[in-house]
Amino acid sequence: MSEPKLSLRDVRVRRGRAEMVNVPHLDVLEGEVLVIIGPNGAGKTILLETLALLQRPAQGRVLFEGQPVDGRQLALRRRMAVVFQDPLLLRRSVADNVAMGLRLRGAPWSARREKAAHWMRRFGIDHLARRSAVTISGGEAQRANLARAFALDPEVLLLDEPFSALDQPTREELLDDLSDALRDTGVATVFVTHDRAEALRLGDRVAVMMGGSIRQVGTAAEVFAAPVDEEVAAFVGVENIVRGRLKSLADGLATIDVGGAAVQAMAPGLDSGSEVLVCLRPEDVVLEPARLDSHTTSARNHLRGTVRRITMIGGQVRVVLDCGFTLVALITKQSLEEMGLAVGDEVVASFKATAVHVIPRGT
Amino acid sequence: MDLIWDGLGEAIRIIRTGDYSVWEIAVRSILVSGSATAVALLLGIGVGSLIAFNQFPGRNLAFSLVNTGMGLPPVVVGLIVAIALWRSGPLGDLRLIYTPTAMVVAQTVIAAPIVMGFTAAALRNLHPQLRSQLYGLGASRLQMLWLVLWEAKLPLLAAVMAGFGGAISEVGASQMVGGNLAGDTRVMTTAIWLEVSRGEFAPAIALSFILLALIFIVNLILTTVQQQERRS
Amino acid sequence: MVVVVGCGGEEGKATQTPQVQATATVTQTPQGQATPTPTPVVHSPKDVILATTTSTQDTGLLDVLVPIFEKQSGFNVKVIAVGSGQALAMGERGDADALLAHAPSSEVDLVNKGAAINRQLVMHNDFIIVGPTNDPAGIKGMTSAVDAFAAIYNKGATFVSRGDKSGTDQAEKAIWKKAGLDPKGQSWYEETGQGMAATLQVANQKDAYTLADRGTYLSQQKNLSLVVLVEGDPALFNVYHVMQVNPEKFDMVNGPGGAAFVDFMISDATQAIIKDFGVDKYGQPLFIPDAGKDESQLTPG
Repeated sequence: MSEPKLSLRDVRVRRGRAEMVNVPHLDVLEGEVLVIIGPNGAGKTILLETLALLQRPAQGRVLFEGQPVDGRQLALRRRMAVVFQDPLLLRRSVADNVAMGLRLRGAPWSARREKAAHWMRRFGIDHLARRSAVTISGGEAQRANLARAFALDPEVLLLDEPFSALDQPTREELLDDLSDALRDTGVATVFVTHDRAEALRLGDRVAVMMGGSIRQVGTAAEVFAAPVDEEVAAFVGVENIVRGRLKSLADGLATIDVGGAAVQAMAPGLDSGSEVLVCLRPEDVVLEPARLDSHTTSARNHLRGTVRRITMIGGQVRVVLDCGFTLVALITKQSLEEMGLAVGDEVVASFKATAVHVIPRGT
Repeated sequence: MDLIWDGLGEAIRIIRTGDYSVWEIAVRSILVSGSATAVALLLGIGVGSLIAFNQFPGRNLAFSLVNTGMGLPPVVVGLIVAIALWRSGPLGDLRLIYTPTAMVVAQTVIAAPIVMGFTAAALRNLHPQLRSQLYGLGASRLQMLWLVLWEAKLPLLAAVMAGFGGAISEVGASQMVGGNLAGDTRVMTTAIWLEVSRGEFAPAIALSFILLALIFIVNLILTTVQQQERRS
Repeated sequence: MVVVVGCGGEEGKATQTPQVQATATVTQTPQGQATPTPTPVVHSPKDVILATTTSTQDTGLLDVLVPIFEKQSGFNVKVIAVGSGQALAMGERGDADALLAHAPSSEVDLVNKGAAINRQLVMHNDFIIVGPTNDPAGIKGMTSAVDAFAAIYNKGATFVSRGDKSGTDQAEKAIWKKAGLDPKGQSWYEETGQGMAATLQVANQKDAYTLADRGTYLSQQKNLSLVVLVEGDPALFNVYHVMQVNPEKFDMVNGPGGAAFVDFMISDATQAIIKDFGVDKYGQPLFIPDAGKDESQLTPG
């Protein structure tokens, strides 16, 4: 197991009196894409700038390949590349901008031209090479920004919400292109975002940052399905977080009393009688009209409930139910039409025991 | 009003004949004010970028001082520089009084705050993350400064024009520290002043036309450069 | 063998290069050994700063004399023309090497303070009282300046003063004092604080009386509609002296240069030039050379 590419140990960053970032331990591994996700104001940008050696922490150490960075920040910055939300191109041609990083590092003209041309083609902007950077669109500018970074063959690539200012279709295109480029180059990457979809799409590992500290690090599956506490759960999109009491436990399968209903979930290591939070993603809830006698799903949990509200979100439908407690389900438009659901209808909400994530209360 | 027409005719005559040592005086005006503007540019960029890019206690005070400096009365500057450079003054040993160098010093003091103010404003207007981005691409501090100044070159050209304008148009300081010595420290403004005090209004107006033409040509060149950059 | 290297004070013939420093004198003792005897280091610069008044410069006399002096002596003269007050103040601070002024009482003060030495009479011209052709105070042809001023005062006619402590201004104040009158604060009494030509312009525009030196009046005549009304009174004599700023008192002062200039101004050749100056342009000389004469003949009475 090789050294992590970048590491933070006991790092604290202050702005004036306020402590903005407090991270005792964080590693960026060779070849991985680490996504840092969190709400606005969580300190993600500061964290990224600290990793990129653009900021010095008030306390703690930054390590590059296991060695402290002190005294060689400029040399190390020249082995990395940064992409911000604003393209920040200079008033020159697109080609000059894409080659700018190489020029700053003293690369010869032929190498600059070749690499710039390759990456402009890769990101689909080679037809804009001679254009002045102030005349291109936001999406095109961000492509140039990415090309500029990749042209440097960096050992670490750091991106700070690069797509947040773009419209949805552009965002998706760029996400595809970036994903391909990351996969082909295999460069260690830190990707900061507040968008869960981007995190799921790109991240090998996901770190959830809130209030200046990292609450949880793990694979996307781990973080999204098993958030470590209520705050993280709410942020990663677990909409259903309800209180319950663990009634019985057998072979790790627990029965939890939630608002009068019984929910079965995997909850190893917890004690009977303990107060818990039951977390369930809306996508994991399947709905069927209550009039059916048999259940078509193999899920362990079947709760009767009444439809209280139906909302369209993009191509999906958010259904709010009352099952003795409020339960939110996310179904397709097709399902809605097939079932002919309307407010007031009786439904059965089904979900697997494995889809339920249990957090002890008081965390 | 006929004074003005006489002056215009006299101006053409003076240019043709080279009377009043007008070419020598005009060249000296450009050299003295040009040098002062160049020094002011270095100072202005140095101090302007320092206060624009760094947070420090008293930063607002620094900006206020620069803005006040932009409005410094030239005659006050002249008096203070003269007092310093007189033999009886602290820098008398330098023997700079009544030399073109003394005039460059005084005009630099007048032009530098102007350039500083424009530069600081221009740099403040740059995207706050631009410097981080350039560092993130591997720029050294020097490379970053150069690129950032190049990005701001339109307002910087304006700073040069304003600084030069302030330097070449002032008369009080140049008179006091230069002494308006023929063949030595006489510049366009002090020459005009001399002719006025002698009651010779036609040559005074003539020299005024020539000075205005000089200033116009310099600004034309700089503005053309600025507009080329804007279009590119 | 004695080798002396230093600054000689030869009259008007010094040809030192700028900032040459005197080295020590070396005397050879009878034993044949060289013993350095330290002499004070003296700067012998080429520049001579001449502080004079704007009215003197405005006549153009210095434009003629200074190049001759520079050629003969090898010195480079920097003529700083300011008001009498400032010129003498420069002398008092040691900021000039020679002074050419026409404010006798202030100059004497300077000599008494030890700031100026070698004060020599050079020339004089006279003041005249000029005014509008319609002469509201009726002073035309008066022989007494004091009487003329009294008439102006009683009439309340507009009078423009330089008010700048120049030689002209001091002469004017002396006449008021002699008449026992104080015009300051009167509504008809204006003070410009400026040089003679500018003050004449103001008087011209306001159709007012003023006291002017004849030289400046003659050179400005083409711009003015004012006429000469009173002249010839000994009280109206304007006497010029040249003097050195004391090199003993200020060590940056160019002693040889100052001395050379003083000698030049009172030399026969220069006095001859002064005698004829202005004749071809104005039909009359602007100055009367006085070097060597008895001062009491010229003191304003």
